[in-house]
Amino acid sequence: MRQDHLISATQLSRADIEAVLDRAAEIDADPSALNGRHEGAILGLCFFEPSTRTRMSFDTAMKRLGGRTIDMGSVESSSVKKGETLADTMRVLEGYADALVLRHPSEGSAKMATEFVDVPLVNAGDGAGQHPTQTLLDLYTMRQNVGLDDVTVGIMGDLKYGRTVHSLAAALTNFDTRQHFISPESLRLPRSVRYDLHESGAQVREHTALEEVLSELDILYVTRIQRERFPDENEYLKVAGEYQIDAEDLEAAKDSLTVMHPLPRVDEIAPDVDQTEHATYFEQAHNGVPVRMALLDMLLSEEGDDR
Amino acid sequence: MSDTDRELRVSKIRNGTVIDHLAAGQALNVLALLGIDGSGGESVSIGMNVPSDKLAKKDIVKVEDRELSQSEVDVLAVIAPEATINIVREYEVVEKKRIDRPESVDGVLSCPNRNCITNADEPIHTRFSVLEDALRCDYCGEIVREEEVPTRLDVA
Ligand SMILES: [Zn+2]
Repeated sequence: MRQDHLISATQLSRADIEAVLDRAAEIDADPSALNGRHEGAILGLCFFEPSTRTRMSFDTAMKRLGGRTIDMGSVESSSVKKGETLADTMRVLEGYADALVLRHPSEGSAKMATEFVDVPLVNAGDGAGQHPTQTLLDLYTMRQNVGLDDVTVGIMGDLKYGRTVHSLAAALTNFDTRQHFISPESLRLPRSVRYDLHESGAQVREHTALEEVLSELDILYVTRIQRERFPDENEYLKVAGEYQIDAEDLEAAKDSLTVMHPLPRVDEIAPDVDQTEHATYFEQAHNGVPVRMALLDMLLSEEGDDR
Repeated sequence: MSDTDRELRVSKIRNGTVIDHLAAGQALNVLALLGIDGSGGESVSIGMNVPSDKLAKKDIVKVEDRELSQSEVDVLAVIAPEATINIVREYEVVEKKRIDRPESVDGVLSCPNRNCITNADEPIHTRFSVLEDALRCDYCGEIVREEEVPTRLDVA
């Protein structure tokens, strides 16, 4: 990787992505290969917003590399509650750790944090902005199941506030993919994501109904439509059903369709889909560890000890 | 434009800034951009749709007792790349500020994304990259179209 920090999927080239995915595949094939490789190294977990899975996934990845983690704990119990700035918090934590992982509710927070720290920093989600490590594990899962070139991807749900969607859409432009975005009018992609897709010359189409495109898809990436995003409950109820899938809906899809979801899901994928060949979301979640191990290994190795 | 012509126009203010060769219709945007609405007591003269050799028609803004800073000039360049800026002291043009479209606009505009980290109480200034026909927040990626720039000016 060219960078010391991973802030946005837009900074990743095809070569960067492939390097991480290849390394993750090596780790997957031989989980003990990197045992003790980063013994003594400390990763700081800075979660200003709760996310048990992402935090545990980074925690596991670091421990499997032989390192340790420190956790600033919940925001409620920290000095942030007393009004300390994010900049100050990060400057202090930088002194404790060899690398930092940041999850924060404001867009641009990870980018800002890199201006105050010298250790590698990984964005683990900034508001509605970006979530690049989720994207790396999504791509890893896609590559394992259908490949990353000449594929048709449908991304459905809350495209406006969904940071996993923003990161994934950007990363997919590095590959030969056709992207279909399926959402209610009010939750379409934001202008900035649209702008990048347009600039990259991506093949993009937008839909309000899944039926319009389902039969063409190799991958259906589902995200949750958040009820609280709708000013009016009735507006939500009108659209909600449109963006939920069950096993019967998927009979119209290709047999090889891969259904993904960053999890947690609520009711957008019915439990009867779990029993089908399409369901890939739990495998996807498990891929978080080898992918984050690969990434952390690369970022920590840049600090001097060449592999 | 001839020298006499320039002299006539410039000689009307004693100290301040003359912003000339604005595209017709830009004068009011420029005032908005500079945060001038008359309430500050500045003496301002505006020429709109003035015949010009260089442009078919142009606008001119003259602001008494106010010298534009470089960051103000930078923002101006985004909406009025053809403009010329002369700083006047004691009726003399003492400085001509060249307008170049900047690569970025720092600390002058606020980000329209309310959830952007630049709108939190952090020790940073806003920074926008200048694109072909828009600006983009370097932190959250939000796009600001040129016509929206005057409304995003972060003046005290
Ligand atoms: Zn912003």
